[in-house]
Amino acid sequence: MGRIIAWAYMALIYGFIFLPVGVLVLFSFQGGRLPVPPFNGPSLKWYGQVLGDRGLMTALGNSFLVAVVSSAVALLLGFLAAHALARHRLPGSVLMRGLLIAPMTVSYLIIALGLLSVFNGVGLRPSLLATGIGHVVINLPLCFAILYAAMGDQQKNAERAARDLGASEARILWLISAPMLMAPMLAAFFLSVTFSWDEFIIAFLLTRFDVTLPVEIWSMLRSGLSPKTNAIGSLVFLVSVSLLIVLEFTVFRKRTP
Amino acid sequence: MASIEATEARRAAAFVAPALLWVLAFFIIPFAVMIGVSFARLEGRTVVYGLSFDNYLRFFTEPSLFKGLTISLEITVVVTVISVLLAYPLAWIIAMRVPARYQRLALMLAVLPFWTSYVVRSYAWLLVLGQNGVINKALLALGAIAEPLEIASTRSATIIGFVHFFVMLLTLTIYSNLIQLSPNYARAAADLGASAFATFRHVILPLTLPGVVTGAFLTFVLCIGDYITPQILGGNNELTLPQLIMLQLGRRGDFPMASAMSIILMVVVTLAYFASARWLKLDRV
Amino acid sequence: MTAAVSLQGIHQTFGTYTALDGIDLEIAAGEFIVLLGPSGCGKTTLLSILGGFLTPTQGRVLFGDRDMTHVTPKARPTTTMFQDYALFPHMSLLDNVGFGLRMRGQSRAARHLKAMKMLEMVGLEAKAAARPHELSGGQRQRVALARALAVDPEVLLLDEPLGALDLKLRRQMQDELKAIQRRVGTTFVHVTHDQEEAMAVADRIVVMNQGRIEDAGPPQDIYLRPKSLFSANFMGEINLIPAKPVPSGVQTALGRLAVIAETTGPQMLCIRPENLGLSGDIPLGEARLTDAAFFGTHHRCHFTPTAAPDLILIAHLPQAGHPTVGTLHQLYATSATLLPQGTPA
Repeated sequence: MGRIIAWAYMALIYGFIFLPVGVLVLFSFQGGRLPVPPFNGPSLKWYGQVLGDRGLMTALGNSFLVAVVSSAVALLLGFLAAHALARHRLPGSVLMRGLLIAPMTVSYLIIALGLLSVFNGVGLRPSLLATGIGHVVINLPLCFAILYAAMGDQQKNAERAARDLGASEARILWLISAPMLMAPMLAAFFLSVTFSWDEFIIAFLLTRFDVTLPVEIWSMLRSGLSPKTNAIGSLVFLVSVSLLIVLEFTVFRKRTP
Repeated sequence: MASIEATEARRAAAFVAPALLWVLAFFIIPFAVMIGVSFARLEGRTVVYGLSFDNYLRFFTEPSLFKGLTISLEITVVVTVISVLLAYPLAWIIAMRVPARYQRLALMLAVLPFWTSYVVRSYAWLLVLGQNGVINKALLALGAIAEPLEIASTRSATIIGFVHFFVMLLTLTIYSNLIQLSPNYARAAADLGASAFATFRHVILPLTLPGVVTGAFLTFVLCIGDYITPQILGGNNELTLPQLIMLQLGRRGDFPMASAMSIILMVVVTLAYFASARWLKLDRV
Repeated sequence: MTAAVSLQGIHQTFGTYTALDGIDLEIAAGEFIVLLGPSGCGKTTLLSILGGFLTPTQGRVLFGDRDMTHVTPKARPTTTMFQDYALFPHMSLLDNVGFGLRMRGQSRAARHLKAMKMLEMVGLEAKAAARPHELSGGQRQRVALARALAVDPEVLLLDEPLGALDLKLRRQMQDELKAIQRRVGTTFVHVTHDQEEAMAVADRIVVMNQGRIEDAGPPQDIYLRPKSLFSANFMGEINLIPAKPVPSGVQTALGRLAVIAETTGPQMLCIRPENLGLSGDIPLGEARLTDAAFFGTHHRCHFTPTAAPDLILIAHLPQAGHPTVGTLHQLYATSATLLPQGTPA
């Protein structure tokens, strides 16, 4: 009896979770004009429109650029900071760690507003650069936290052994620290890319002409419901999920020696 | 020996500096500037700096503005409670009932919609809940209703949209909590005569409560500060605090007011943190 | 209240892996029995079956004359002391110990009284209000014991309870376990891989290997008269000398010895190091002392017999002596056992 209830509950909740996604993908193939029932035979015309829409494709490219660059910067800064704080007991370590984590605790809206005020003041126009700077702010705490937690004792001992065997600090970093931390670094990078890619409010406030994908989709919403929005949404979704599946199988393979 | 330590300390400082400088320049300072701007006034189109509490006073005295806070709080509390109540059983079923080798898959499936863009996800709910949407069309076809229900562009739609997102998030966090519990706790309880319900009530629930509170707090913070979902699903009759903030910014270019309201939002979140801090810091073995 | 336990024809398979291959065991009421063996021998699986956490693929589990093979842990008259203690971290010691009583519906006053009595029995009544994380490993273990005994089980199951403790504490706890068991009279079933621990506490030891029982009996019997080579090897260091039965004795590389074999076929002569020395009933001929280390209570010495230079014998020489490497001696055994030569595990 209990099992039946459990499975029924699971089915209901999963149904709830997948409902909007199902509708999204289904009506991306809508033959008619509106992404609502009735469903008129599968058609790829909206995908065609999406791929042909220069604005949309540019926005997609912009999102990718901002995500990758800002995540790389966040990862680098986070790695250096985590390495320094995990290795040495600097005065004010606790305060520094707190400062580096702080942006995670603040609503993105507030971060966006703050940057907008400052950039207005110094004359930095809204742009992809401004957005990228904001994205580093939100991803730096994440990268720092992940890497700081990953730099445990095993790490420390390996570096000490290397130092003992005569390696310089730079070589230790390059040959020992970085490779050992490859997994958490990749995790932090991909997580940052995901957050940056999907981020709306900072991008919305800090871009004007060159926009990211979420901002472009937002403007599409202004003009009403259209299967074209379904198409771009489904495209992003399906590509992400495929990437996830690929990652699952490569990571999964690695885990079974 | 001292010189080696000194060199290392210098190097460490050099490593930490870039990150700290970034946070300082692009977070701390903007934040401070925002606080300063909140005490400024808008005259015409220019911001006049000074120490004026006008913005804050206006917020608490103008019903149309203050309502934004109450609406945000009401929605956020409802969303948090419903999401926790829906997510916990799902997380529990995946952690305790699904065979170990399928748990990852079950979890992945439960959070798959995360991979649609947040904006697109809310838009999708618009499609589902709209007058011509899937739900209405289905109910009409079944003959359950005569006219389409007005779900979209109401508070209910906002809540549904939020709950959808946070059920996924909370399932993830609560699951990771449950999975860390030693299976021997439940075994020991059963061994000593506890029924399944008693085991849950006296052992599992108390041990997972701190994790649940952490998840609930996260939900609260993300929900109360969100602009997208209420803007897409909420309609124009009720505006949440983030929506009002964006309104101040967009239509009137009223930076000072927007800043003041943002500070108020931050204060509310901070108060929520202190309220739940007791649970967040609970010491466990 | 205690009961006798009967395990009949227990088989346990996990997929293609056989964990238990035909276990028949009778445990007397009030007995302290130890399941001893290396990891993977099935002792923990057997304990899980006793506790009701596992239903055997085949076979029956009886408590007294009640068949409880398919009864859940909740309804069984057993309680288990887990390897990681599994004390509830969010409850005080008093609440932990009283938990089983609470599940049986006892009033708060009654169960607090009983819980305090149990805590007194293990010497922790002063910390009744403390939480488990405030205690040391040894203290937590005592609380786990108190909690398991508080419900007056018929059988207490202990899953390698002393594994996490250091040597001195372990010895102390072994004595305490034995004393408590004598006092409450409950049947104790204790799982361990440490043969010294088994000998310290057990009324009877059951030596297990690869899902089967190799040997069973009081510690003295198992140690001095092992029934299998595996058991002999597992219980401690032992010298093994191949032997062939001949009229009135056996023929070995060290000559003809007057030890009678009970079976035919090739044998193995088993001599404990402490039964090998410079005097005794069974002469083993001349040997050279090749190594000696002082172990406090004795000198552990390596001997190479002149008649069989490929053999190395280990003997414990008295503490007071001064064994010198390179010297020749006449070796004697004070007692020896013969076991059929199989493959020692």
